Amino acid sequence: MDKFYHSVRLNEELCKGCINCIKRCPTQAIRVRNGKARINSKFCIDCGECIRVCPHHAKRATYDKMEDLKQYEYTVALPAPSLYSQFNNLDDVNIVLNGLLMMGFDDVFEVSAAAELVSEATREYIQSNPHKLPVISTACPSVVRLIRVRFPNLISNLLPLNPPVEVAAILAARKAVKKTGLPREKIGIAFISPCPSKVTYVKAPLGTEKSQVDKVLAIKDIYPQLLSCMKAVGANPPEIGMSGKIGVSWGRSGGEASGLFTEEYLAADGIENVIRVLEDMEDQKFSNLKFVELNACNGGCVGGILTVENPYVAEVKLKRLRKYMPVARRHMAEETDKRDWIHWTRQVEYEPVFSLGDNMMESFMKLNQVERLCRKLPGLDCGSCGAPTCKALAEDIVRGEASETDCVYYLRENLHRLSEEVSILADDIALGNAEGHEMIRVLSEYIQRISDEMSLLDGKEEKERGDENDSKGTG
Amino acid sequence: MEEVLTLKYHISPDDFTRAGEASSDVKGKLKQMGVSPEAVRKVAIAMYEGEINMVIHANGGEITVNITPYEIEMILADVGPGIPDIDLAMTAGYSTAPDEIRSLGFGAGMGLPNMKKYTDEMKIDTTLGVGTTIRMIVKL
Repeated sequence: MDKFYHSVRLNEELCKGCINCIKRCPTQAIRVRNGKARINSKFCIDCGECIRVCPHHAKRATYDKMEDLKQYEYTVALPAPSLYSQFNNLDDVNIVLNGLLMMGFDDVFEVSAAAELVSEATREYIQSNPHKLPVISTACPSVVRLIRVRFPNLISNLLPLNPPVEVAAILAARKAVKKTGLPREKIGIAFISPCPSKVTYVKAPLGTEKSQVDKVLAIKDIYPQLLSCMKAVGANPPEIGMSGKIGVSWGRSGGEASGLFTEEYLAADGIENVIRVLEDMEDQKFSNLKFVELNACNGGCVGGILTVENPYVAEVKLKRLRKYMPVARRHMAEETDKRDWIHWTRQVEYEPVFSLGDNMMESFMKLNQVERLCRKLPGLDCGSCGAPTCKALAEDIVRGEASETDCVYYLRENLHRLSEEVSILADDIALGNAEGHEMIRVLSEYIQRISDEMSLLDGKEEKERGDENDSKGTG
Repeated sequence: MEEVLTLKYHISPDDFTRAGEASSDVKGKLKQMGVSPEAVRKVAIAMYEGEINMVIHANGGEITVNITPYEIEMILADVGPGIPDIDLAMTAGYSTAPDEIRSLGFGAGMGLPNMKKYTDEMKIDTTLGVGTTIRMIVKL
C-alpha cells in the first residue's frame, strides 16, 4: 500500500472551486487548479477539516459498507468508545452491544476493552522509559501522520504501542479463529469508526506491517439500523460488555490520559491546537510532563466527522454512561495469549515532504526564490490563485506547479504598467517626436501584450464560470 | 556561488504572546530547506530562548538570521540595560527575572546556558546602558 494513502477524497462534480477548504487545511495540502480542488496526498493527514468546511459537500471520506461484510462467514464488530456517546439516555452499553448482534454481527469485541490494556501498557512504558518523556499518544492516526511529516524531532516521543482498535482486532481475530475453527480470511473484523483517519490507518498502518482490521464502517452509516435494533433489545440485555470507565473514556479528549493515573499530562484536541502544542514541544517549552494526548478532532473521537451527535453533547453522554461503571475490567495479567499484540513492530520514519528540493543546496536556492517571490506578491492571501496564501503560491511556483500569472494582482499590475507605457508612446506619436512607422509597430506590440494578459485574466474567470455552469447542469 | 538568505524580525517588548513567532518562522523555513531535524531543534531552542530574553530583559529588539547551506547565524540585538556580569548570567539557574515573569513559568535561569548549549558558537557583546548583541552559530 502507498505510504501516502489517504481516505479523504474529492467529488469533482460537486466542487465549485471555492477557497473554503484551501484556507482551512492545516497542512496546506489543497490547491484549486482548473476550478477544482486537488488534494496533495503527501501533505494530507486525513484530519477531515475539509469535509467539515466544504459548503458543497464535495469532500468525502471513503469507508466500507455493511454489504462488504457478506464475503465473510463470521463477522466481529469492534465498536469505538465514541459509538456509545451517540444515543440519548443510554445507561447500559450492553444495549448497544446486543443491538450489534441483532444487526447480524456474530460477535462483538469492544475497542474500549482493548483500550484498557493499552492504558496499562502505557503506564508500564512511561515507568520504564523516563528518557522518552513526555510520551505522545499514538491513538489518533492523523496526529501520528502529522508528526511523521512535520515534527521529526518528536518521533522518538511517540508511544510505540498499537492503538486500541488494532489490539482489539488482533485479539478478536484470534478469539474468532479459536471459536469457529475457520481460517482467518473467512473472518471479517469490522471497526465501527468515528473518522476516516482510521480508514487510512487500516489501509496503510504506521507502527505495524498489516492491520488486522478488515473493514471500517462509519458510525453515521450504521446508526439508523443499530438504533432500531437497540430498541428491540429490551430491558436487562445479556451482559457482554467487558470494559470499564478507563476504556470508555478514550472516546473523548483527556480520556486516554486519565487512565494513566498521573496529573502530569496535557491533552489537546482540534488539529490547530494540536499543531501549536507540537510546535511548543519541539522548542522544549514544556517541562515535567509525562504524557501528551493529542486528538485531531474537537472534543476527541466524539468529534469525528463520521459521528452523528454534537461532540460536546456526546461528551456529556459519555460521562453519564461511565458514571456507574467499574474503573477497569480488562487487565493485562488476565490475557492468556503471548503479548505480541501490544508493541509496534515497525518504527515510524520521518518523511520530509515539505522540503522544497531534493537536496539541501537545491532546497536552499528554492527557499531564497520563495523569499524573493513573497516580496513581490501582494501578501493578501486572497486564495484567488488556488493556493491558501501568497507564500504557498510562491512555494508552488518554485516547485514548478504554478506561475506568477496565477496571481490576479500580479496580472493587474502588469496591465496597468503596460497601458501606461502605451499611452506614453501614443503621446510621442501625437507630438510627432518619433518615426511614425516604427512607433506604430511598437504600439501594436504593446496592444498585443495587453490583450494576451487580458485573456489570461478572462481565461481564469471563464473557467470558473464554465465550472459553475457544469455543476449546475449536474446538480 | 555564495548566497545568503537573510531574515529580519522585530521583537516587540512585553508581548509574550508573540514571543516565539520569529523562531517558529525560522524553524518552518529550515524544514523546507531539508536541514537535519537535530539542527532545526538546536536553532529553534536557542532562538526561542533569545527571543524570550529580549522580551523579558531588553524591551525587545531586532533579530537577524543569516542562512547558508553550511551554517545558520543568529544575531540578536537589543538596546536594553546590558549584562553587568556575563559569567554570572551564564550560570545555570541564575536569573534576574522579576516575580511576575517567573509566575508565567519563565525566568528559570536557563536562557543563556541553553543558548550556549544548543549552538556551536556564541559571542556576547554587551555594554551597560547601551545594549547587548548576541551572535550564535549552528553549523549544518
